[in-house]
Amino acid sequence: MADQAIALDGGAGESPLVAARRRRRTYERVRAIVLGAGFPLLLIFLWHLAVIYTGTRLIPSPRQVAVMMWDFAFGGIYDDAFSGTILTHIWKSVQRVYGGFLLAAAIGIPLGLLIGRIKVLRDLLDPTISVLRPIPVTAWLPLSMIFFGLGPNAAIFLVFLGAFYPILLNTTFGVRSVDVKLFEAAAMLGCSGSAMFRQVVLPAALPSIFNGLRIAHGFAWILIVVGEMTGVPTGLGSVIMDGRTLSRTDLVVTGMIVIGALGFITDRIIVAISNRLLSWSPQHHG
Amino acid sequence: MADADRMTRLAIRGVTKRFAAGDEEIEALARVDLTIQEGEFVCLIGASGCGKSTLLRIVAGFEEPSTGEVQVNGMPITGPGRDRGMVFQDYALFPWMTVKQNIGFGPRQRSLARGEIEEISSEFVRLVGLEKFADRYPSQLSGGMKQRVAIARVLANNASILLMDEPFGALDALTREQLQNELLQIWARTRVTVIFITHSVEEAVMLADRVLVMSAGPGRIANDVPIDLPRPRDVSSPEFNEVRRDLARRLTSHIAPGRTLESAH
Repeated sequence: MADQAIALDGGAGESPLVAARRRRRTYERVRAIVLGAGFPLLLIFLWHLAVIYTGTRLIPSPRQVAVMMWDFAFGGIYDDAFSGTILTHIWKSVQRVYGGFLLAAAIGIPLGLLIGRIKVLRDLLDPTISVLRPIPVTAWLPLSMIFFGLGPNAAIFLVFLGAFYPILLNTTFGVRSVDVKLFEAAAMLGCSGSAMFRQVVLPAALPSIFNGLRIAHGFAWILIVVGEMTGVPTGLGSVIMDGRTLSRTDLVVTGMIVIGALGFITDRIIVAISNRLLSWSPQHHG
Repeated sequence: MADADRMTRLAIRGVTKRFAAGDEEIEALARVDLTIQEGEFVCLIGASGCGKSTLLRIVAGFEEPSTGEVQVNGMPITGPGRDRGMVFQDYALFPWMTVKQNIGFGPRQRSLARGEIEEISSEFVRLVGLEKFADRYPSQLSGGMKQRVAIARVLANNASILLMDEPFGALDALTREQLQNELLQIWARTRVTVIFITHSVEEAVMLADRVLVMSAGPGRIANDVPIDLPRPRDVSSPEFNEVRRDLARRLTSHIAPGRTLESAH
């Protein structure tokens, strides 16, 4: 747009300045892609070299992982229990990740709004939360297995725990950092009670809430492996655990890559949603 | 109700305000008694810390007086309400709402029909001349436009008292002058009662029917000066300058009382 304006000012034809700027922009875009995609390719190449050089059998080569990935996705190579099962495992993990994540959001956001706005509630809950929060989620593993048994519910609980605190804290922080005048302005315009929460407190805290959701979402994908260590038969975490038990590191690495890719794609979706909802905020464009 | 009573829009009776600051207690406002008539344009002027913002916030219902009470249309106030609308210096617009949505916020709280809200918001968008910017967000507006939205937001809600806390203080001189004129036009058309805080003597003389000069430590109303200049007022006229000089003298006498006493004798 700025380029066009300058081109119009400068009359017909492309001025050297505009052409130079366009070249520069194209160059920067290409460079970003080359650097962003090139670095992992370099890592894969180094991995390849390292496997050949050391002659190890404990670590699979990139080629072996690629073959495993193909078999995991489409089958027809090894024809074992894992062939062509990728969608089943992804679907199970997605259910657990989003079960825990959405539960954390459903409790964390309203609770965070209330804690941020109501001092009595803050005084009541803040100390307890501050003590519970530093406990690593993995430390809850034994108790969660007692509470929920060996099954998907324990996994959902762990994902919930990991996602809950970032959502709660960022929501509370978001409410606390809203200019008090906005609440005063709303009050003088006749807004009160639950309408105040819905129409003012929630949207005002939304940028911060989305930060919390994004962090929590990352944790949720991290914790799914821990959650699925609790002895569930399907899911990407359980695939990795099976790979470990069977000493099939190609399977382990395949599971890791699938989790990484899913986490990346879903994070982009969250960013896209937040950019859409927060288009009013000049600070927010991730 | 008697006719004279109905004319009184705002009555402040025996209002004082003390703040706790650590172990000490600060007296922000000594006893204030004041009545303001329907449709009056009143400017509050005084040095920083004289309690003028505190007084305005008490009238808005954002803060409770330590003693005394505030009555609007004969009824004591109990908190913020639709009858009194504040225009803040830093606008306090809802950043996630467009210009039109900001202006329609008050009507929406009254659960009016959708079409009615739409009608009222459009009317007040037009009143402040922002038709072209109705769907913009506050972050895309200039300071002057934001303050127009803030004024329209309060008026769209049928507020009978407009409380303005240095509303034009953050604007450049040109925009400020333009908004002063627009405010006077809106005031003339709606006959809303205005209480307007300013630091500028010139602004007070330009706008007000009546200027209240406040002095600090503790805050109180030291002078109640009617401004009888005909409107529209000419800043460069000798009459205007005379009133301004008189007001400036009263103001400085409260800021540095010792020196003025010497020079007076």
